[in-house]
Amino acid sequence: MTFYFPTQSLSAFPPRLSPGYKSTPKRCPTKPLILMKHTLSELTGPVYGQDAVQPGDEDLTRQHAGEPLGERIIVHGRVLDEDGRPVPNALVEIWQANACGRYIHVVDQHPAPLDPNFTGAGRCKTDENGHYKFITVKPGAYPWGNHPNAWRPAHIHFSMFGHSFVSRLVTQMYFPGDPLFPFDPIFNSVTDEAARNRMISVFDLENTVPEWALAYRFDIVLRGRNQTPMES
Amino acid sequence: MTLGITPSQTVGPYFAYGLTPNGRYDWKDTFGNDLVTPDADGERIRIEGRIIDGDGVPITDSMLEIWQADAQGRYANPADPRPRNSTFQGFGRTGTDAEGRFVFETIKPGPVPGPDDTPQAPHILVAVFARGMLRQSYTRIYFADEPGNAADPILALVPEERRATLIAAKSVQNGHPVYTFDIRMQGDAETVFFEI
Repeated sequence: MTFYFPTQSLSAFPPRLSPGYKSTPKRCPTKPLILMKHTLSELTGPVYGQDAVQPGDEDLTRQHAGEPLGERIIVHGRVLDEDGRPVPNALVEIWQANACGRYIHVVDQHPAPLDPNFTGAGRCKTDENGHYKFITVKPGAYPWGNHPNAWRPAHIHFSMFGHSFVSRLVTQMYFPGDPLFPFDPIFNSVTDEAARNRMISVFDLENTVPEWALAYRFDIVLRGRNQTPMES
Repeated sequence: MTLGITPSQTVGPYFAYGLTPNGRYDWKDTFGNDLVTPDADGERIRIEGRIIDGDGVPITDSMLEIWQADAQGRYANPADPRPRNSTFQGFGRTGTDAEGRFVFETIKPGPVPGPDDTPQAPHILVAVFARGMLRQSYTRIYFADEPGNAADPILALVPEERRATLIAAKSVQNGHPVYTFDIRMQGDAETVFFEI
Protein backbone atom coordinates (compact mmCIF):
# COMPACT_ATOMS: atom_id res chain seq x y z
CA MET A 1 0.00 0.00 0.00
CA THR A 2 1.30 3.45 -0.84
CA PHE A 3 0.50 6.50 1.21
CA TYR A 4 0.30 10.21 0.78
CA PHE A 5 0.46 12.87 3.44
CA PRO A 6 -1.76 15.87 2.77
CA THR A 7 -0.28 19.00 4.29
CA GLN A 8 -3.79 20.37 4.88
CA SER A 9 -4.06 17.92 7.77
CA LEU A 10 -1.38 19.94 9.56
CA SER A 11 -3.99 22.61 10.30
CA ALA A 12 -4.69 20.60 13.46
CA PHE A 13 -1.18 21.42 14.71
CA PRO A 14 -0.35 24.43 16.86
CA PRO A 15 1.35 27.39 15.18
CA ARG A 16 5.11 27.46 15.68
CA LEU A 17 4.83 30.94 17.17
CA SER A 18 2.49 30.87 20.16
CA PRO A 19 3.45 33.88 22.31
CA GLY A 20 1.60 32.64 25.41
CA TYR A 21 4.22 29.91 25.56
CA LYS A 22 7.21 32.13 26.11
CA SER A 23 9.89 29.83 24.75
CA THR A 24 8.41 29.93 21.25
CA PRO A 25 9.23 33.45 19.96
CA LYS A 26 13.02 32.95 19.80
CA ARG A 27 12.88 29.35 18.63
CA CYS A 28 10.44 29.41 15.72
CA PRO A 29 11.37 30.02 12.08
CA THR A 30 10.43 33.55 10.99
CA LYS A 31 11.00 33.29 7.25
CA PRO A 32 8.47 31.52 5.02
CA LEU A 33 8.70 27.74 5.02
CA ILE A 34 9.41 26.24 1.60
CA LEU A 35 6.51 24.23 0.21
CA MET A 36 7.45 21.15 -1.78
CA LYS A 37 6.00 17.96 -3.16
CA HIS A 38 6.98 14.93 -1.15
CA THR A 39 9.80 12.91 -2.67
CA LEU A 40 10.93 9.40 -1.83
CA SER A 41 12.88 10.97 1.05
CA GLU A 42 9.69 12.23 2.73
CA LEU A 43 7.58 9.20 1.80
CA THR A 44 9.86 6.78 3.64
CA GLY A 45 10.88 6.55 7.29
CA PRO A 46 12.63 4.32 9.77
CA VAL A 47 11.68 0.71 10.32
CA TYR A 48 13.11 -0.75 13.52
CA GLY A 49 14.38 -4.19 14.35
CA GLN A 50 13.00 -6.53 16.97
CA ASP A 51 15.60 -5.34 19.46
CA ALA A 52 14.16 -1.81 19.60
CA VAL A 53 11.79 -2.87 22.37
CA GLN A 54 12.51 -5.36 25.16
CA PRO A 55 9.87 -7.23 27.17
CA GLY A 56 8.91 -5.15 30.19
CA ASP A 57 9.75 -1.81 28.59
CA GLU A 58 6.00 -1.03 28.61
CA ASP A 59 5.65 -1.42 32.40
CA LEU A 60 7.00 1.68 34.14
CA THR A 61 6.10 0.26 37.57
CA ARG A 62 8.59 -2.65 37.38
CA GLN A 63 11.87 -1.04 36.45
CA HIS A 64 13.27 -0.88 39.99
CA ALA A 65 13.51 -2.97 43.17
CA GLY A 66 10.21 -1.71 44.53
CA GLU A 67 6.96 -0.32 43.20
CA PRO A 68 6.59 3.42 42.63
CA LEU A 69 4.24 5.44 44.80
CA GLY A 70 1.10 6.88 43.28
CA GLU A 71 -2.03 5.81 41.51
CA ARG A 72 -1.31 2.82 39.22
CA ILE A 73 -2.94 3.24 35.83
CA ILE A 74 -3.22 1.46 32.50
CA VAL A 75 -2.77 3.71 29.45
CA HIS A 76 -3.69 2.10 26.18
CA GLY A 77 -5.17 2.81 22.78
CA ARG A 78 -4.59 2.45 19.08
CA VAL A 79 -2.33 4.20 16.62
CA LEU A 80 -4.29 4.92 13.44
CA ASP A 81 -3.72 6.75 10.19
CA GLU A 82 -6.04 9.36 8.73
CA ASP A 83 -8.10 6.68 6.99
CA GLY A 84 -8.70 5.01 10.35
CA ARG A 85 -6.46 2.07 9.52
CA PRO A 86 -4.36 0.70 12.38
CA VAL A 87 -0.62 1.36 12.20
CA PRO A 88 1.00 -1.95 13.21
CA ASN A 89 4.55 -2.22 14.57
CA ALA A 90 4.61 1.48 15.34
CA LEU A 91 7.17 2.47 17.95
CA VAL A 92 5.61 4.38 20.87
CA GLU A 93 7.92 6.00 23.43
CA ILE A 94 6.67 7.80 26.53
CA TRP A 95 8.14 9.84 29.37
CA GLN A 96 6.46 11.54 32.31
CA ALA A 97 6.75 13.03 35.78
CA ASN A 98 6.20 10.88 38.84
CA ALA A 99 3.07 10.96 40.99
CA CYS A 100 4.36 14.09 42.76
CA GLY A 101 4.87 15.96 39.51
CA ARG A 102 8.67 15.63 39.61
CA TYR A 103 10.76 14.62 36.61
CA ILE A 104 13.94 12.63 37.08
CA HIS A 105 15.67 15.03 34.61
CA VAL A 106 18.54 16.94 36.26
CA VAL A 107 17.05 20.30 35.24
CA ASP A 108 13.83 19.73 37.22
CA GLN A 109 14.64 20.99 40.71
CA HIS A 110 11.22 21.97 42.00
CA PRO A 111 10.57 20.96 45.61
CA ALA A 112 8.76 17.67 45.17
CA PRO A 113 10.32 14.30 45.93
CA LEU A 114 11.90 11.97 43.43
CA ASP A 115 10.75 8.36 43.67
CA PRO A 116 13.67 5.89 43.72
CA ASN A 117 11.35 3.31 42.17
CA PHE A 118 10.26 5.40 39.22
CA THR A 119 12.22 6.58 36.21
CA GLY A 120 9.23 7.55 34.09
CA ALA A 121 10.26 6.28 30.65
CA GLY A 122 8.72 3.46 28.62
CA ARG A 123 8.39 2.14 25.11
CA CYS A 124 6.44 -0.44 23.16
CA LYS A 125 5.38 -1.34 19.64
CA THR A 126 1.81 -1.52 18.45
CA ASP A 127 0.41 -4.95 17.63
CA GLU A 128 -1.15 -5.95 14.31
CA ASN A 129 -4.30 -4.00 15.23
CA GLY A 130 -2.35 -0.85 16.09
CA HIS A 131 -2.92 -1.39 19.81
CA TYR A 132 -0.44 -0.40 22.51
CA LYS A 133 -0.55 -0.60 26.30
CA PHE A 134 1.51 0.86 29.13
CA ILE A 135 1.32 0.37 32.89
CA THR A 136 2.45 3.38 34.88
CA VAL A 137 1.41 5.76 37.64
CA LYS A 138 -0.66 8.87 37.14
CA PRO A 139 1.71 11.85 36.87
CA GLY A 140 1.19 14.91 39.04
CA ALA A 141 0.77 18.51 37.91
CA TYR A 142 3.92 20.58 38.26
CA PRO A 143 4.89 24.25 38.34
CA TRP A 144 6.91 25.92 35.59
CA GLY A 145 8.31 29.38 35.04
CA ASN A 146 6.31 30.51 32.02
CA HIS A 147 4.22 33.05 33.95
CA PRO A 148 3.30 33.71 37.58
CA ASN A 149 1.73 30.66 39.24
CA ALA A 150 2.03 28.58 36.07
CA TRP A 151 1.26 24.86 36.40
CA ARG A 152 1.20 22.23 33.71
CA PRO A 153 -1.83 19.94 33.68
CA ALA A 154 -0.89 16.32 34.33
CA HIS A 155 0.33 14.76 31.09
CA ILE A 156 2.34 11.94 29.56
CA HIS A 157 4.68 12.75 26.65
CA PHE A 158 4.19 10.46 23.62
CA SER A 159 6.56 9.98 20.68
CA MET A 160 5.47 7.96 17.64
CA PHE A 161 6.70 6.91 14.22
CA GLY A 162 4.16 6.14 11.51
CA HIS A 163 4.37 5.29 7.83
CA SER A 164 7.03 7.91 7.00
CA PHE A 165 9.36 10.57 8.35
CA VAL A 166 6.61 13.18 7.88
CA SER A 167 4.15 11.22 10.03
CA ARG A 168 6.55 11.47 12.98
CA LEU A 169 4.63 12.85 15.96
CA VAL A 170 5.54 14.02 19.44
CA THR A 171 2.55 14.99 21.55
CA GLN A 172 1.24 15.01 25.12
CA MET A 173 -1.63 12.97 26.52
CA TYR A 174 -3.80 14.76 29.06
CA PHE A 175 -6.31 13.42 31.58
CA PRO A 176 -10.04 14.15 31.39
CA GLY A 177 -11.48 16.98 33.44
CA ASP A 178 -8.21 18.62 34.43
CA PRO A 179 -8.98 22.02 36.06
CA LEU A 180 -5.69 23.42 34.71
CA PHE A 181 -6.72 23.20 31.04
CA PRO A 182 -7.95 26.81 30.72
CA PHE A 183 -4.66 28.16 32.07
CA ASP A 184 -2.11 26.13 30.12
CA PRO A 185 -0.58 27.84 27.07
CA ILE A 186 0.88 24.61 25.70
CA PHE A 187 -2.45 22.76 25.72
CA ASN A 188 -4.18 25.87 24.33
CA SER A 189 -1.55 26.40 21.62
CA VAL A 190 -3.80 24.07 19.64
CA THR A 191 -6.41 26.63 18.66
CA ASP A 192 -9.04 24.26 17.26
CA GLU A 193 -11.15 22.91 20.10
CA ALA A 194 -11.92 19.57 18.44
CA ALA A 195 -8.24 19.02 17.72
CA ARG A 196 -7.31 20.06 21.26
CA ASN A 197 -9.73 17.55 22.71
CA ARG A 198 -8.05 14.77 20.76
CA MET A 199 -5.11 15.13 23.16
CA ILE A 200 -7.30 14.25 26.17
CA SER A 201 -7.52 10.59 27.12
CA VAL A 202 -10.84 8.97 27.99
CA PHE A 203 -11.50 7.28 31.30
CA ASP A 204 -12.01 3.62 30.40
CA LEU A 205 -14.01 1.73 33.01
CA GLU A 206 -14.27 -1.34 30.79
CA ASN A 207 -10.51 -1.88 30.82
CA THR A 208 -10.03 -0.97 34.45
CA VAL A 209 -8.69 -3.97 36.38
CA PRO A 210 -10.71 -4.39 39.60
CA GLU A 211 -8.69 -4.08 42.81
CA TRP A 212 -5.63 -3.08 40.78
CA ALA A 213 -5.61 -0.15 38.31
CA LEU A 214 -7.80 2.40 36.56
CA ALA A 215 -7.55 2.60 32.76
CA TYR A 216 -7.35 5.51 30.34
CA ARG A 217 -7.71 5.19 26.61
CA PHE A 218 -5.74 7.39 24.20
CA ASP A 219 -6.08 6.82 20.47
CA ILE A 220 -3.51 8.57 18.29
CA VAL A 221 -4.02 9.55 14.65
CA LEU A 222 -0.88 9.99 12.55
CA ARG A 223 -0.55 11.55 9.12
CA GLY A 224 -1.02 9.20 6.19
CA ARG A 225 -3.79 8.38 3.73
CA ASN A 226 -4.24 5.76 1.08
CA GLN A 227 -2.83 6.90 -2.24
CA THR A 228 -6.04 5.88 -3.99
CA PRO A 229 -8.86 6.62 -1.56
CA MET A 230 -12.07 4.70 -2.13
CA GLU A 231 -15.04 7.01 -2.56
CA SER A 232 -18.30 5.65 -1.24
CA MET B 1 -13.76 7.69 7.06
CA THR B 2 -11.23 10.48 7.57
CA LEU B 3 -9.89 11.14 11.05
CA GLY B 4 -8.35 14.37 12.26
CA ILE B 5 -4.73 13.93 13.22
CA THR B 6 -3.56 14.21 16.81
CA PRO B 7 -1.94 17.63 17.35
CA SER B 8 1.76 17.98 17.99
CA GLN B 9 3.04 19.25 21.35
CA THR B 10 6.52 20.28 22.41
CA VAL B 11 9.02 17.70 23.66
CA GLY B 12 9.55 20.13 26.55
CA PRO B 13 12.75 20.49 28.56
CA TYR B 14 12.81 16.99 30.08
CA PHE B 15 12.78 14.55 27.16
CA ALA B 16 16.42 13.48 27.54
CA TYR B 17 15.91 10.69 30.07
CA GLY B 18 13.29 9.12 27.82
CA LEU B 19 14.55 9.77 24.28
CA THR B 20 18.28 10.53 24.51
CA PRO B 21 19.50 9.09 27.87
CA ASN B 22 22.98 8.31 26.47
CA GLY B 23 24.23 6.81 29.72
CA ARG B 24 23.14 9.71 31.89
CA TYR B 25 19.89 8.13 33.01
CA ASP B 26 18.74 4.66 33.99
CA TRP B 27 17.14 3.97 30.62
CA LYS B 28 18.53 2.65 27.36
CA ASP B 29 18.57 4.53 24.08
CA THR B 30 16.27 3.39 21.30
CA PHE B 31 18.44 5.14 18.71
CA GLY B 32 21.82 6.83 18.72
CA ASN B 33 23.94 9.19 16.67
CA ASP B 34 26.12 6.53 15.03
CA LEU B 35 24.30 5.20 11.98
CA VAL B 36 27.19 3.23 10.53
CA THR B 37 26.77 -0.55 10.32
CA PRO B 38 29.80 -2.79 9.70
CA ASP B 39 28.40 -3.98 6.37
CA ALA B 40 27.56 -0.51 5.00
CA ASP B 41 29.64 0.55 2.05
CA GLY B 42 30.23 4.14 1.06
CA GLU B 43 32.19 7.01 2.51
CA ARG B 44 32.13 7.32 6.29
CA ILE B 45 31.51 10.89 7.34
CA ARG B 46 30.82 12.95 10.42
CA ILE B 47 28.18 15.65 10.47
CA GLU B 48 28.48 18.21 13.21
CA GLY B 49 27.06 21.59 14.02
CA ARG B 50 25.25 23.77 16.48
CA ILE B 51 21.68 24.91 16.80
CA ILE B 52 21.19 28.60 17.59
CA ASP B 53 18.10 30.57 18.66
CA GLY B 54 16.96 34.06 17.63
CA ASP B 55 19.24 35.72 20.20
CA GLY B 56 22.28 33.84 18.91
CA VAL B 57 22.18 31.61 21.97
CA PRO B 58 22.92 27.88 21.53
CA ILE B 59 19.89 25.66 22.07
CA THR B 60 21.15 23.14 24.59
CA ASP B 61 17.92 21.20 25.06
CA SER B 62 17.02 20.18 21.55
CA MET B 63 16.83 16.82 19.82
CA LEU B 64 17.71 16.18 16.19
CA GLU B 65 16.60 13.20 14.14
CA ILE B 66 17.98 12.42 10.71
CA TRP B 67 16.75 10.15 7.92
CA GLN B 68 18.81 9.26 4.89
CA ALA B 69 19.42 6.84 2.06
CA ASP B 70 22.40 4.49 1.79
CA ALA B 71 25.44 5.09 -0.40
CA GLN B 72 23.44 3.97 -3.44
CA GLY B 73 20.55 6.30 -2.64
CA ARG B 74 18.21 3.56 -1.36
CA TYR B 75 15.98 3.88 1.71
CA ALA B 76 15.53 1.07 4.25
CA ASN B 77 11.74 1.24 4.00
CA PRO B 78 9.11 -0.83 2.16
CA ALA B 79 8.11 2.21 0.08
CA ASP B 80 11.54 1.91 -1.60
CA PRO B 81 11.40 -1.55 -3.21
CA ARG B 82 14.97 -1.58 -4.52
CA PRO B 83 17.02 -4.39 -2.97
CA ARG B 84 19.74 -3.27 -0.57
CA ASN B 85 23.10 -4.82 0.21
CA SER B 86 23.52 -3.91 3.90
CA THR B 87 21.74 -3.53 7.22
CA PHE B 88 22.24 0.26 7.17
CA GLN B 89 18.99 1.75 8.50
CA GLY B 90 19.57 5.45 7.85
CA PHE B 91 17.94 6.83 11.00
CA GLY B 92 19.70 8.63 13.84
CA ARG B 93 18.82 10.65 16.92
CA THR B 94 20.82 12.82 19.27
CA GLY B 95 20.38 15.55 21.83
CA THR B 96 22.45 18.73 21.78
CA ASP B 97 25.12 19.32 24.41
CA ALA B 98 25.80 22.26 26.74
CA GLU B 99 27.13 24.26 23.77
CA GLY B 100 24.19 23.39 21.54
CA ARG B 101 26.37 21.01 19.53
CA PHE B 102 25.40 17.77 17.82
CA VAL B 103 27.34 15.07 16.01
CA PHE B 104 26.30 12.21 13.73
CA GLU B 105 28.57 9.48 12.42
CA THR B 106 27.16 8.09 9.21
CA ILE B 107 27.87 7.33 5.57
CA LYS B 108 27.41 9.75 2.75
CA PRO B 109 24.12 9.04 0.97
CA GLY B 110 23.93 8.61 -2.77
CA PRO B 111 21.66 10.53 -5.15
CA VAL B 112 17.97 9.78 -4.54
CA PRO B 113 15.17 9.51 -7.10
CA GLY B 114 13.24 12.75 -7.32
CA PRO B 115 10.05 14.03 -8.90
CA ASP B 116 9.52 13.51 -12.63
CA ASP B 117 12.60 11.26 -12.86
CA THR B 118 14.86 14.15 -11.86
CA PRO B 119 17.51 12.83 -9.48
CA GLN B 120 17.98 14.61 -6.16
CA ALA B 121 21.48 15.45 -5.04
CA PRO B 122 22.66 13.52 -1.97
CA HIS B 123 20.91 14.89 1.09
CA ILE B 124 19.75 14.05 4.61
CA LEU B 125 16.41 15.00 6.15
CA VAL B 126 16.55 16.61 9.58
CA ALA B 127 13.75 17.03 12.11
CA VAL B 128 14.42 19.51 14.93
CA PHE B 129 12.63 19.21 18.27
CA ALA B 130 13.07 21.36 21.40
CA ARG B 131 11.46 23.08 24.31
CA GLY B 132 9.68 26.05 22.79
CA MET B 133 8.97 24.19 19.57
CA LEU B 134 5.35 23.08 19.48
CA ARG B 135 6.05 20.94 16.42
CA GLN B 136 9.18 19.70 14.70
CA SER B 137 10.82 21.78 12.01
CA TYR B 138 12.18 20.00 8.94
CA THR B 139 15.30 20.93 7.04
CA ARG B 140 17.74 19.17 4.67
CA ILE B 141 21.49 18.76 4.72
CA TYR B 142 23.21 18.93 1.33
CA PHE B 143 26.96 18.50 0.78
CA ALA B 144 29.19 21.29 -0.48
CA ASP B 145 31.29 19.01 -2.69
CA GLU B 146 28.36 17.61 -4.69
CA PRO B 147 28.09 18.97 -8.24
CA GLY B 148 24.52 17.62 -8.36
CA ASN B 149 23.38 20.41 -6.04
CA ALA B 150 23.13 22.75 -9.01
CA ALA B 151 20.39 20.63 -10.60
CA ASP B 152 18.62 19.51 -7.42
CA PRO B 153 14.86 20.05 -7.81
CA ILE B 154 14.30 20.85 -4.13
CA LEU B 155 17.18 23.32 -3.80
CA ALA B 156 15.73 24.97 -6.91
CA LEU B 157 12.59 25.81 -4.88
CA VAL B 158 14.67 27.79 -2.38
CA PRO B 159 15.47 31.47 -3.05
CA GLU B 160 19.04 31.51 -4.28
CA GLU B 161 20.30 33.77 -1.50
CA ARG B 162 19.09 31.29 1.13
CA ARG B 163 20.38 28.04 -0.41
CA ALA B 164 23.72 28.23 1.35
CA THR B 165 21.99 27.58 4.68
CA LEU B 166 21.27 24.04 3.48
CA ILE B 167 24.77 23.16 2.34
CA ALA B 168 27.22 21.63 4.79
CA ALA B 169 30.84 22.73 4.43
CA LYS B 170 33.45 19.99 4.14
CA SER B 171 36.67 19.75 6.10
CA VAL B 172 39.04 16.94 6.96
CA GLN B 173 39.87 16.28 10.60
CA ASN B 174 42.39 13.54 11.46
CA GLY B 175 41.92 12.16 7.97
CA HIS B 176 38.16 11.87 8.49
CA PRO B 177 35.70 13.84 6.34
CA VAL B 178 33.59 16.19 8.42
CA TYR B 179 30.62 18.23 7.23
CA THR B 180 29.59 21.22 9.32
CA PHE B 181 25.92 22.15 9.37
CA ASP B 182 24.75 24.85 11.77
CA ILE B 183 21.03 25.37 12.26
CA ARG B 184 19.90 28.94 12.88
CA MET B 185 16.26 29.22 13.85
CA GLN B 186 16.12 32.96 13.08
CA GLY B 187 18.21 35.89 11.85
CA ASP B 188 19.67 36.94 8.52
CA ALA B 189 21.14 33.49 7.98
CA GLU B 190 18.03 31.66 9.20
CA THR B 191 18.15 28.05 8.04
CA VAL B 192 15.64 27.12 5.37
CA PHE B 193 12.84 24.95 6.75
CA PHE B 194 10.32 23.02 4.69
CA GLU B 195 6.57 22.65 5.11
CA ILE B 196 6.22 18.95 4.46
